[in-house]
Amino acid sequence: MSTTETTASGVGPVEGAPVYTVDNPAPLIEAPRKRTKKTPRSTRGNFELAAWLFMRLSGIVLVVLVIGHLLIQLVLDGGVSKIGFAFVAGRWASPFWQVWDLLMLWLAMLHGANGLRTVINDYAERPNTRLWLKGLLYTATVFTILLGTLVIFTFDPNIR
Amino acid sequence: MATPVLDKADAAGRPEPGFADSPYITVTFRVRRFNPEVSAEATWEDFQLEIDPKERVLDGLHKIKWDVDGTLTFRRSCAHGICGSDAMRINGKNRLACKTLIKDINPEKPITIEPIKGLTVLKDLVVDMEPFFQAYRDVMPFLVTKDTNEPTRERLQSPEDRERFDDTTKCILCAACTSSCPVFWNDGQYFGPAAIVNAHRFIFDSRDEAGEQRLEILNDRDGVWRCRTTFNCTDACPRGIEVTKAIQEVKRALITRRY
Repeated sequence: MSTTETTASGVGPVEGAPVYTVDNPAPLIEAPRKRTKKTPRSTRGNFELAAWLFMRLSGIVLVVLVIGHLLIQLVLDGGVSKIGFAFVAGRWASPFWQVWDLLMLWLAMLHGANGLRTVINDYAERPNTRLWLKGLLYTATVFTILLGTLVIFTFDPNIR
Repeated sequence: MATPVLDKADAAGRPEPGFADSPYITVTFRVRRFNPEVSAEATWEDFQLEIDPKERVLDGLHKIKWDVDGTLTFRRSCAHGICGSDAMRINGKNRLACKTLIKDINPEKPITIEPIKGLTVLKDLVVDMEPFFQAYRDVMPFLVTKDTNEPTRERLQSPEDRERFDDTTKCILCAACTSSCPVFWNDGQYFGPAAIVNAHRFIFDSRDEAGEQRLEILNDRDGVWRCRTTFNCTDACPRGIEVTKAIQEVKRALITRRY
């Protein structure tokens, strides 16, 4: 086909001068998923797996613990009006309820903290925001767990 | 003898717009336009089209590009739902423009057409697919075997073994699933449903021997554990792949491998 003369590349003449030339190359678009120094290291180990599994298992146990807790505290045997210092003291005299409440405290706090951790990972965009939010979260979690555990183990019914 | 029959056929098959028996209706296409050489802002632009509602959204986009505004930019290659080029957000849902009939998406209201979310928009409906394909490459989407010699006979597989990963072989890499995933929208570091689907295709292939390696890759912080089971990917998949189920199967494989 010998119609008209075209340039070697097969591209016909275009209007005006080409925008990009060898001396003025088109801007290079950096690959967004390219590995840079800022890219989080790929993680070895099974922390995320364990966290995921923990959420499911603790969730199942918490259903039993929390519903049981709510029934005893608010529904059965006179409902909420029976709750007082004496009632709590009476329950914590038994190791069974101590273990129940301790388990509930630890599982609920870790379950909630892990849930919030994933929420922060999903929604906080800047690494600094993530760092601070997670720092706050972990501090609150550790504080609550330690304080709760201390109270359960050192509870003295004869306090005045 | 070269009779111009085209006119007749045209007149018979396509009544003039506006006539009572005309199949044509007026549809508004509300397209998200972005041209970095003109403005840093993306804007909505409305196009009024006379179109048969049995045609596809892609036909409407063609009409705009060919007859109204040639600067409208979008990707499409085969135009028949196989190449996966024209995934876009139509009326807020990720679909292939070439598989969506106009009559199925309420043509009485303006039809909104946006680029898929979570990837950098280059122009109009064209996005940078590189992060998507990087995640795809990361899961090694090819057969890996331990013996380095050229095989002397076919790698046989029972129909049951083939059935195991049949669903995930249907992927056309259109990115409709990955760009519908809210976790991917956030920072784009999550592998995304499409990469996991294509890892699944080889992890559960009885002929492949790098399943362990692929599971290890997906055990990463940005791997399968970031999936929140929102099922957006399954809803978005134009091939009907049960994407969330595939992701869950990879999770199960990871757990049963450990415990």
